[in-house]
Amino acid sequence: MRSLLPFLFLGAMPGMLMAQPDADEILRRIDIQMVTESAEATATMVITNRRGRETRITSRSWSKGETTSLVEYLSPAREKGVKMLRLEDVLWMYTPSADRVIQISGHMLRQSVSGSDLSYEDMVDNGKLLDIYDAAVVGEEIFMDRHCYVLRLRAKEGSDNVTYAQRKIWVDKTRYLPLKEERYAKNGTTLLKNFEIRSVQKIGNRWYPKEMYFKDVLAKGQGTLYIVEDIKFGVDIPDYMFTKAALRE
Amino acid sequence: MFRFLMKGMLRDRHRSLLPSIVVAMGVMLTVFMFSYMKGMFDDFFNNGAMYESGHVKITSRAYYEEKDVLPNDLAMENGAELMDMLRSEYPGLQWSERVKFGGLLDAFDENRETRAQVGAAGIGIDFFGPDTAERNRWNLAAGLQQGTLPQKSGDILMGKTLASQMDLNVGDEVTLISSTVNGSMVLQNFNLAGIIYFGTPPMDKGMFLADINDAKFMLDMGDWSSEILGYLQTSYYDDVKARDLAASFNAAHSDTSDRFSPEMIVMLDDAGLAEYFGYAEKAGSIVSFMMIFAMGVVLWNTGLMGAIRRYGEMGLRLAVGESKGHVYRSLIMESLGIAIVGTVVGTSIGLGFSYWLQEVGFDIGSMMGDSTMLMPTIIRAHITPAAFYIGFFPGVFATLLGSALSGLRIFKRDTASLFKELET
Repeated sequence: MRSLLPFLFLGAMPGMLMAQPDADEILRRIDIQMVTESAEATATMVITNRRGRETRITSRSWSKGETTSLVEYLSPAREKGVKMLRLEDVLWMYTPSADRVIQISGHMLRQSVSGSDLSYEDMVDNGKLLDIYDAAVVGEEIFMDRHCYVLRLRAKEGSDNVTYAQRKIWVDKTRYLPLKEERYAKNGTTLLKNFEIRSVQKIGNRWYPKEMYFKDVLAKGQGTLYIVEDIKFGVDIPDYMFTKAALRE
Repeated sequence: MFRFLMKGMLRDRHRSLLPSIVVAMGVMLTVFMFSYMKGMFDDFFNNGAMYESGHVKITSRAYYEEKDVLPNDLAMENGAELMDMLRSEYPGLQWSERVKFGGLLDAFDENRETRAQVGAAGIGIDFFGPDTAERNRWNLAAGLQQGTLPQKSGDILMGKTLASQMDLNVGDEVTLISSTVNGSMVLQNFNLAGIIYFGTPPMDKGMFLADINDAKFMLDMGDWSSEILGYLQTSYYDDVKARDLAASFNAAHSDTSDRFSPEMIVMLDDAGLAEYFGYAEKAGSIVSFMMIFAMGVVLWNTGLMGAIRRYGEMGLRLAVGESKGHVYRSLIMESLGIAIVGTVVGTSIGLGFSYWLQEVGFDIGSMMGDSTMLMPTIIRAHITPAAFYIGFFPGVFATLLGSALSGLRIFKRDTASLFKELET
């Protein structure tokens, strides 16, 4: 029995070390779960407007790296064929009925997508938290029956274009998914958006959100549910898809 | 006696012509200024009614609460049914549906790439309805500078300065970037059918007109109605009538517990003009009173001068045996005659000038430069029934009062030194 003790102790050491990762390590593990090298997904946004009526918008999206992505609306009929292309920091929108490709920039990036609680910036955001924020663990709480680290994130010096200058996030201790977020303006006190992961799915070795809820605190709607219907990671996507010319195809 | 007075007046032009001219001029100025003031204020309100509020406006309560941000997502449902009901239950008014929206106008080149973008305000009006009065109400034919009025769906009219700023010509296609009532970004192409001069700088710089059905389609409104404007048959706003109408409509059709129930608002309340309207009424009355008072003083003086000038004549008439009362009464009668003639002539000329200003107007557009204040550039008078009698206050009463006061000296007239006075 005694001879087993050193082994038991050694066996427990990784667990003890993993139990207290620092803030940067937590962000790194979140990025591993949430940031994709390439992905193809089908998702549905369920938007409840301020008249209490529900709209469902289904889209297909492709992403490559952190700054290249394409979203195409599949339904409803009025929205079908609308595409949004992000290339680096530039966002283009194509509307088939007008046959126009328009650059969305400046304040328009902060506007709501299709009346939802997501902005265009939210829609195409695939950046690594570790690259953008300095983080500190400020506590531990139980959220939705899951043990969570609570982190306070502040945008790094020089990150002027970051959408949310500060965030408070509740991170699942075992799955490393940010189950809840409060996203703040630069002053750190003005809450702009609430975010929750309401259900998760395991795809390969990766835990990924299945249902996410967004609520723009400044908007009068009743929030937006974002459901990931289907997602594939590591898919091979031809580069031509991420060109302005391909938007009209 | 009458013949005697008439002969005297006609033969001595100092007793008739000059006082009559002074009275006529004073009255003319009073009538003209009164009509001008009335026209100026009424034009301001009419302009507001035309473009913005109607004489009454129907919106949902929810829409009205946030009307400044054009919340078309809070519009009334069943708009067509509501319009039919209004036309049948309130046939005394003209009803027009409007929808206001904003967005970025995007002009593009042959590769359909953006070459100019300007923020603009759009209004959807009924261009093509069988009984639409909107074309006349907006006076579109007169304001059209280039092109034609909209002929088909998708055609728009654009303010002159806005079109010039975007370097757009008639026949060009332009894209509006806006958002639907569901919040989706929408890109809609329009054809520039005509370039129009609205006559108000802010509208010329930033407004375009589209057909209401195109606007509702673009905004994905279906059968919703944002604003229904009602115009009374009177050419100018009648607050009493409008309020009676609103009270009766709201009692019958508005449900205070339902945010989306229609509610009728009168123009003064809608545009926040009630206070201004009251102020305008008071200011108009004060200016009119001052004008009447000033003219009254002048005409009173005319009466005084006339009577004093005839001091010697009065003495002679007393000396030949006329009673003081008779002389006094004859003076008053003469004064009354001159006042009436002068007032009638002055009122006629004043009404003539006012009518010209009412019908033709005076264009001050070139003086307004880059003004962004929403006000008409053509000044017009407005002849009201009051203009027909307003001149009688200074014209008749002041002249008569002047003569009556100065004539009192007749009763103190002493004829003992008459001949000595006449010699000098």
